[in-house]
Amino acid sequence: MELADIGRILATILSIVGGLITAAAGMVYAERKVAALIQQRNGPNRVGPWGLLQPFADVLKLFIKEDIVPSISNKFVHFLAPVISLLVALSAVALIPFAHNIYIADINIGILYTLAITSIAVYGITLSGWSSNSKYALLGGLRSSAQMISYELAMGLSVVSVILLTNHFSTKDEYLRLSSIIDAQTTVWNIFRNPIGFLIFLTCAFAECNRAPFDLAEAEQELVGGFHTEYSSMKFGTFFLSEYINMFMASAITSILFLGGYHIPFEGLFADKINPTLLSVLEVMMFLTKTSFLIFVFIWVRWTLPRFKYNQLMNIGWKVFLPLSLLNLVVIAAVLLFIK
Amino acid sequence: MLSTFLFWFLSVIAIAAAIGTITARNPVFSALSLVLNFFALAGLYLTLQAEFIAVIQVIVYAGAIMVLFLFVIMLLNLGSDSKDAIASKLQMGLAIIAGGGFVLMMTRIFMIQLEPNKKQSVLMNGKVEKIGEWLLKDYVFPFEIISVILLASLVGAILIAKKYKAH
Repeated sequence: MELADIGRILATILSIVGGLITAAAGMVYAERKVAALIQQRNGPNRVGPWGLLQPFADVLKLFIKEDIVPSISNKFVHFLAPVISLLVALSAVALIPFAHNIYIADINIGILYTLAITSIAVYGITLSGWSSNSKYALLGGLRSSAQMISYELAMGLSVVSVILLTNHFSTKDEYLRLSSIIDAQTTVWNIFRNPIGFLIFLTCAFAECNRAPFDLAEAEQELVGGFHTEYSSMKFGTFFLSEYINMFMASAITSILFLGGYHIPFEGLFADKINPTLLSVLEVMMFLTKTSFLIFVFIWVRWTLPRFKYNQLMNIGWKVFLPLSLLNLVVIAAVLLFIK
Repeated sequence: MLSTFLFWFLSVIAIAAAIGTITARNPVFSALSLVLNFFALAGLYLTLQAEFIAVIQVIVYAGAIMVLFLFVIMLLNLGSDSKDAIASKLQMGLAIIAGGGFVLMMTRIFMIQLEPNKKQSVLMNGKVEKIGEWLLKDYVFPFEIISVILLASLVGAILIAKKYKAH
């Protein structure tokens, strides 16, 4: 590998990660504005024009606050937990294709890598809950690990149904690659072929991101702040940041699996007539539009639906979503076998 | 060069983490060392071009089983082991039997000499499509048997955990 190659890869990684962190700030602003809209308030409107600089002011505030560590906590793990959270959230972006030629890596087990990353995200929350030595934090961590285990299965099964569709419709032959999954959706998006899979995946994504109506790990009314009760200053900020990056990642993966990713509708009609650079730019914009819409859905749902109770959450996960996604998988497999 | 370095780097981490797992007094640290060990193993699989095995290692062991372990350890609020806990004679006997079995298995594995072209085919088996074909075509019967055994152990675990009601 040439030095120039390594330089280019590093530049791509830095620009994507930098863009992601800025996007997280934008998402915090969007969340507060949409929440205000739904609750008929004004939302942040003092710092900068339309309150646009509010998230930066918040980050500055978090940086200069005192970092308080509980005296009988496990200091090392207490420090490690936010690091794990952010590291895991950021490493998932390595595979996201923003356009057909803009990505950090496109590996042959793409979607499995993404599932693996989301499945270890729970450590940050669980460990923060345990190391804080506080009953509220511990309960938050416990709830979070039980919740993630329960929803991963249904999520994985709906991914399997997408891979079956990819196997049938893709012109490429490595079906776990994210680019093959997008390639399979050039005629019809997977959301129309597999609507139940889409709904299951999106709901499980809410649960995996610990977002309302599944935000039991940080249920303010019961657990003070949940797993991050004992965190302050930028350590708390790191959890906050990784929550928003996780939300972005979940939206991006959902748009890749079900909304055609960077693929522009009717792209085949004009793709070879326009400048390839322009095509890439258009594709990035298309991808970001789809992802932004899904992020809006995340925020919309959070401020509309009340939180589930813990037993309801477990019931839905194991008794509704798991059998439903299995049934969905069998039906899709049968239909694909029939039309072959 | 790079692969040799990676092999030594990951092996040292894996062995250190494995030692940490059995020597740590606090069960949470044992579990965390084991997670680290699984990650180092996954890295070793990657250097052997077995991407699928590596990712499955992370999803199944690090992502699901160890999370459940941690969950149970935290739920029971297990404290640190007392230093003077002495293993019973039964435990020591079982440990000797298990250790002996392990040594036998490892000597058998190290005795296998692979021909160069066979080595290549072993490496190719890390590919997802190949594994899928093997599991669902060539070895479908043992595969199904394993799933039945797993199901039986699952039922057994539930039966043990469930309290019997007197008739």
